[in-house]
Amino acid sequence: MPLDASDLGAIWLTLKLASLTTLILLVVGTPIAWWLARTRSWLRGPVGAVVALPLVLPPTVIGFYLLIALGPHGWLGQATAALGLGSVVFSFSGLVIGSVIYSMPFVVQPLQNAFGAIGQRPLEVAATLRASPWDTFVHVVLPLARPGFVTASILGFAHTVGEFGVVLMIGGNIPDKTRVVSVQIFDHVEGMAYAQAHWLAGAMLVFSFLVLLLLYAGRRGKAGWS
Amino acid sequence: MRIRPSHLVTALAGLFALNAAWADEVQVAVAANFTAPIQAIAQDFEKDTGHKLVAAYGATGQFYAQIKNGAPFEVFLSADDSTPAKLEEEKAIVPGSRFTYAIGTLALWSAQPGYVDAKGDVLQKNQFKHLSIANPKTAPYGLAATQVLAKLNLTEATKPKLVEGQNITQAFQFVSTGNAELGFVALSQIYKDGKVQNGSAWIVPASMHDPIRQDAVILEKGKDNPAAKALVDYLKGPKAAAVIKSYGYEI
Repeated sequence: MPLDASDLGAIWLTLKLASLTTLILLVVGTPIAWWLARTRSWLRGPVGAVVALPLVLPPTVIGFYLLIALGPHGWLGQATAALGLGSVVFSFSGLVIGSVIYSMPFVVQPLQNAFGAIGQRPLEVAATLRASPWDTFVHVVLPLARPGFVTASILGFAHTVGEFGVVLMIGGNIPDKTRVVSVQIFDHVEGMAYAQAHWLAGAMLVFSFLVLLLLYAGRRGKAGWS
Repeated sequence: MRIRPSHLVTALAGLFALNAAWADEVQVAVAANFTAPIQAIAQDFEKDTGHKLVAAYGATGQFYAQIKNGAPFEVFLSADDSTPAKLEEEKAIVPGSRFTYAIGTLALWSAQPGYVDAKGDVLQKNQFKHLSIANPKTAPYGLAATQVLAKLNLTEATKPKLVEGQNITQAFQFVSTGNAELGFVALSQIYKDGKVQNGSAWIVPASMHDPIRQDAVILEKGKDNPAAKALVDYLKGPKAAAVIKSYGYEI
């Protein structure tokens, strides 16, 4: 077996992190995306821009701010300490917080597009049939936006798997807690263990390709992400 | 006047000629722990010799990979002695150019004043949550830190509390932001003009770990550059030695 126990540990940790992050993002991102898709408020622009920030910010910026904010002198760090959670830097929870922020646009934007594409008509029809807003959302919007949810989940998951800079800056490289695959590869390269680096890097390449293949093959003839 | 391609070529040629006038520029790959001293040395070096020093800072393992893959560095100031030796074996350096420019000193440091005592007993008390070190697989200071912990019989006790920075700069960053209460850093990061600049520190006796010999080499790419030779000579000279020592290194 070319992958040793620490490699497997890193893979398992990465899958756990990506799954949990995607789940949280679906729960948190759905209302945000819904609001962004429907609102006429002037806040739509600023909120949309904030959600999209991780697309353009280097991970070092996010990592640096998180390291400061989550630290013992930072406001988030003091909040977690007051809640009795202690400091979350160098912990799995810290990585989850970082990943949720970092992968947010990859989940919110496809959902927003999907909700936007539904339009006003089905909602009006549902209303004339006396469906409550919640009823409409669950039985009309969710089924119609299904492709958006699939895209959002795949992209959120894959992007978290590919995360590196943020984890590097707030993780502390702890086996089975914060040492994810991308960091493990970096370690192998730094340590000049190129053979091990090749195996893991190759696995990442194949995985990423398959994910994107799944995404694009499933949406023949449509342009863009929705 | 319309701009024709030939004008552009002339303009570009002019730019390159301008560049050639500064030809005695040396590209240096510098181990992260030596960042502050090389910046001080560079000023004197440029003033005294007229050459220009362009430095890149990073981890030794990363530099090795870059050098092997054609990076334009002419001089390499490594954080260890094994990487330059390896490059010498692989004939990637100017033969005979390898020498030790500094011997690193390890320090246990906290950003909080009074947290680390002068003998390092804070380690035995073990009341901290996070102890930051550089990655021992890739950074010599990280390896030295694990040797010190082993010598103190604290390897097992501190294992769940260790957090690793990818290099000594990051190990320092974790401590300076307060995310780790204390950590093993390079003395050069916290030391200037003969004293620790802030927080509290235990300067680890050199007998507690293998010496952190930091070797420098002139790389293959620098073999015909007089500025590369000049820099290496300058590093061996008394003026550079004084600066290097003022940051807490031995020579």
